[in-house]
Amino acid sequence: MITQASNYKQRKIVDQFMRGLMVGATILALIPLFLILGYVIFRGASSLSLAFFTEAYKAPQMSLTGDVQSAGGVLHGIVGSILIVGASLLFALPIGILAGVFLAEYPANSVATTVRFATDVLSAAPSIVVGVVAYILIVQRTKQFSGLAGSVALAVLMIPVITRTTEEILKLVPHTVREAAIALGTPKWKTTFTVVLPAATSGIVTGALLAFARATGETAPLLLTVLGNNNLGYSLLEPLAALPLLTYKYTEMPFPELNDLAWGTALVLTGLVLSVNLLARWATRSRLK
Amino acid sequence: MAKNEANSIHLQDLKPFYGSFQAVAPVNTTFASRAITAMIGPSGCGKSTVIRCINRLHENIPGARVEGKVLLGEQNLYGREMEPQAVRRRIGMVFQQPNPLRMLSIEQNVAIGLKLEGRPKKELAERVEASLRRAALWDEVKDKLRESSLALSGGQQQRLCIARTIALEPEVILLDEPCAALDPISTLKIEDLLLELKQQYTVVIVTHNMQQAARISDRTLVFMVDTSVARPRGLMVEEGETLQIFTAPQDLRTQDYISGRVG
Repeated sequence: MITQASNYKQRKIVDQFMRGLMVGATILALIPLFLILGYVIFRGASSLSLAFFTEAYKAPQMSLTGDVQSAGGVLHGIVGSILIVGASLLFALPIGILAGVFLAEYPANSVATTVRFATDVLSAAPSIVVGVVAYILIVQRTKQFSGLAGSVALAVLMIPVITRTTEEILKLVPHTVREAAIALGTPKWKTTFTVVLPAATSGIVTGALLAFARATGETAPLLLTVLGNNNLGYSLLEPLAALPLLTYKYTEMPFPELNDLAWGTALVLTGLVLSVNLLARWATRSRLK
Repeated sequence: MAKNEANSIHLQDLKPFYGSFQAVAPVNTTFASRAITAMIGPSGCGKSTVIRCINRLHENIPGARVEGKVLLGEQNLYGREMEPQAVRRRIGMVFQQPNPLRMLSIEQNVAIGLKLEGRPKKELAERVEASLRRAALWDEVKDKLRESSLALSGGQQQRLCIARTIALEPEVILLDEPCAALDPISTLKIEDLLLELKQQYTVVIVTHNMQQAARISDRTLVFMVDTSVARPRGLMVEEGETLQIFTAPQDLRTQDYISGRVG
């Protein structure tokens, strides 16, 4: 015969209470997220139009009746953001991943300890500080605000994130996987690049995406490096527009039409991050059944 | 005879260390070619440590090192000029837990060693089929070569790992408790396979299963934990023909162990 523990009822109540707490906390955490997303879509959707994606800034013109006409689009911001963040990924991905591999595969030496500490400090550095440093070191010396200076600043912000996630993910790859390759007589670097890294691809991609999302939304370092540009530009050596900068600028403007554009810009920024996220996951999915 | 000798393994005063701790008392023995040598003994007696010294895998553990010599034929595997990778290339190893590379397909798993060596693609397909046939796995996987290796059962995965090892055509195959995670039928399949492989290779197997050692091995080494020293360490107490070890053990500790009184 099965007898129940005497405090069974009490246990059950505590169990359900704890479960309720956790569900409640999860919902609380998700409310702001959905509020923000919902509000961005609600406010931003109305300004989305073909012109919004195909035109650059147009100076607002007042008609005789006092209406503000044709506020133009944010194509210059989309192009600028893609160029700046794309270039910063080119810097940050190889450096970040290789540094992460170094920390994970050669963990026990003083260089690794120092690098790990420096990475942690760097990842906590306020982005405006990174912007100031890029301003002093690049903008002042070249006497030119440029997309490239912004890319460097963003790369500095991305590298610690990519490095640390790569390290943590590689540490999760079971030791047996490494031994399997080592026992075949594979040199260590080949084991790392052909067996260990591929086994960790999805995690490394997640890290890169986190870094990408953070960098795409950064405004502070761009203010001091990229400056902003009202015209469509394709050169990383000149001041460029960027979506977060446009959001900032348009929100400050005294014209409601431009404030609406800011919401549209915010929506495009969110959509850009989301679509790159989905694209990267699709591209790195496992193709094995 | 000469070729036979060339592929046998000699341990000379082999002393594996973890940091300053010598894990096993000096081992001197020979693993004959074209024969299966079994290493048996209770947990912690150092048999896995010793087998991992043979392909220089032991030194991969942080702080671990080896003193003494391991000879393949007349070549010292711990010689100054010897690259660990070159050693492991000639001495294959199969582990306790089947460890197929999970992001690779069945086919790629077998080919990986050859591929990393830069062999031409044409050769790979042939060698994959030949190795899978030798590992008695071909008929079971020939229709799903491109599927994930994790789609296989544990026993099939282990035979896949053996196929991966023999694809490189090594001289020696080391197996560290290859059947510990497998059911009896899969175990029998692997044992049949080993009996087949010994026609060509020097086979060394670590096993907890004394019946297994008795069934397939030609020679048996018995390891025990030596508690007579300050810090207990592994000790090879007896070696001999398998039949003699199991019917007329010379050492009292061996007698107790194989009769089930200890260990």
